[in-house]
Amino acid sequence: MIRTRGLTRHFRVKGETVEAVRGLDIDVQEGELVAFLGPNGAGKSTSLRMLTTLLPPTSGSATVAGCDVLADPAGTRRNIGYLGQGNGAGNHFRVRDEVVTQGRCYGLSRAESRKRADELLAVLDLESLAGRQAGTLSGGQRRRLDIAIGLVHRPRLLFLDEPSTGLDPHNRANLWKHILRLREEHGITIFMTTHYLDEADTMAERVMVIDHGRMIADDIPENLKANLAGDGVTVTTADEADAGRSAEIAGRMPSAREVTVDAMTMSLRAPRGNALLPDLLRSLDAAGVRVLTAEVRRPTLDDVFLALTGRSLREGEGDR
Amino acid sequence: MNVISNTGTVFAREIVPSLRNPLGLAFTMTQPLIFLLLFGPLLSGTPGVGEGSPWQWFVPGILVMLALFGTGGAGYLLLIEMASGSLERMLVTPLSRTAMMIGRNLKEVVTLLAQAVLIVVALLPFGFRLHPLGALTGLLILAVFGLGLGGLTFALAIAAKRREELFYGVQQVVLFPLLLLSGVLMPMDAAPSWLSVLSQANPVTYIVEAERALFAGDLFSEAVPYGVIAAAATAVVGLALGSRAMRRATL
Ligand SMILES: Nc1ncnc2c1ncn2[C@@H]1O[C@H](COP(=O)(O)OP(=O)(O)OP(=O)(O)O)[C@@H](O)[C@H]1O
Ligand SMILES: [Mg+2]
Repeated sequence: MIRTRGLTRHFRVKGETVEAVRGLDIDVQEGELVAFLGPNGAGKSTSLRMLTTLLPPTSGSATVAGCDVLADPAGTRRNIGYLGQGNGAGNHFRVRDEVVTQGRCYGLSRAESRKRADELLAVLDLESLAGRQAGTLSGGQRRRLDIAIGLVHRPRLLFLDEPSTGLDPHNRANLWKHILRLREEHGITIFMTTHYLDEADTMAERVMVIDHGRMIADDIPENLKANLAGDGVTVTTADEADAGRSAEIAGRMPSAREVTVDAMTMSLRAPRGNALLPDLLRSLDAAGVRVLTAEVRRPTLDDVFLALTGRSLREGEGDR
Repeated sequence: MNVISNTGTVFAREIVPSLRNPLGLAFTMTQPLIFLLLFGPLLSGTPGVGEGSPWQWFVPGILVMLALFGTGGAGYLLLIEMASGSLERMLVTPLSRTAMMIGRNLKEVVTLLAQAVLIVVALLPFGFRLHPLGALTGLLILAVFGLGLGGLTFALAIAAKRREELFYGVQQVVLFPLLLLSGVLMPMDAAPSWLSVLSQANPVTYIVEAERALFAGDLFSEAVPYGVIAAAATAVVGLALGSRAMRRATL
């Protein structure tokens, strides 16, 4: 469905070159749901813009839904849907009108566009706002309208740039229900960016991590977490001496990594912390170390990012 | 997908809010209206304005001013849509880019014609004499001129990208001299020679003169063909630049 080779985009800003995207190789099969993850300014939106024909690449190639984005932009556009990071609906247009217009843009008949618009407004809980001007909606309501607009023509391939940003938990769940149903019924392929790690974790079958315009990881979330981050195991002891001794013992276990001690707490990482913990506890007991608490924490994608770059994904969120 | 039905889609999208709120028409008319109400009355007795009601001389020029500032400023709508993301959303659809430009442009021209008719009708009780055939021809020329201005303003908006101050800066720097040099406000008869030369190089001058002749009922004045040529040339250049800009638009 998507195949890029060496996809690159530079911007000239005040005489300086910003390398927004550097040589991305992306392969996405039909029917996949891929999450594109990365801190602010990593190049996610720029990549999506290139894949959706909005921005010509500086170099590299991209084939999307069977069409070369440079040679056949019109063909690409017919086959895809796109939900941008901004607001898709114009401020002084009415909610329902914008959805109907979008259907017309994709060549649906007037009657068909109206029918689709009403269906989508119902699904996305926007019926009562149909006659309002888009500019008067709340942030989350606008986002739902954007989603309705993006789905009108039932695309085979859907690009979503932070679809759930600004939605409350209820509407986030609603949106996901709708997107997952679309997938089941029509087998559409979804390529989306998100800052919600839990979302990428639970919804996506594959996660690509991008940083400074480069792909730094591409795998199923379970593998990323097990291989790159691993579980966190934490043990607290009665005194600092015991904590030090527990670190020595843990250090001898083959699967333990990054063993650290902080006062009376010893922590380490291991691919399968739940398997390591019983062994560790037996060894500590045998050595006479008194353990007060023991804990295994499953890794998150943030841990993956931290392991990959030494930075936390969340740190960047302050500059949004 | 053909360009004509796409144009219809875009035109319908743009015109519906105006139809629902016709008072919005007044919004882009403020400048010409102010000149009409506060400047027009000063003209009676000014040499070069001709006999009878000064409206007969002044109104055709005001219609051209309406086109310059209303239609010629319409690019700001595109700027707003560029900043919000709604233009981006339309650019990703298979909609013909040329149709996007023409559909928007037609809405601006329909607005212009509605405003022009409004002004003419409003002044009928105040001594403005209507010569229907001339007035219709005058409106037609105005519409063609408006199409060109629309194309130019959209091209400028796209070229300015998100630098709004660039758009407004260029627009002011271009529109005001065009307006003043066209003799809309004052007859250019008494102008120093260098100003006359500039005025004669200004295409808007020819349109103003053609409008004046036509609204006076003088269909066969020699000003008319010059006005037609100036309007047509503006339309050709404006539409070409406008659709080229829209086709190449990236965000
Ligand atoms: N039109 C542009 N002109 C100049 N620089 C740009 C432009 N668009 C993006 N950039 C730069 O390219 C880099 C990547 O931006 P991009 O919008 O792709 O980031 P992102 O990963 O989507 O971030 P976010 O999570 O904040 O949405 C940034 O440094 C940004 O400043
Ligand atoms: Mg982004």
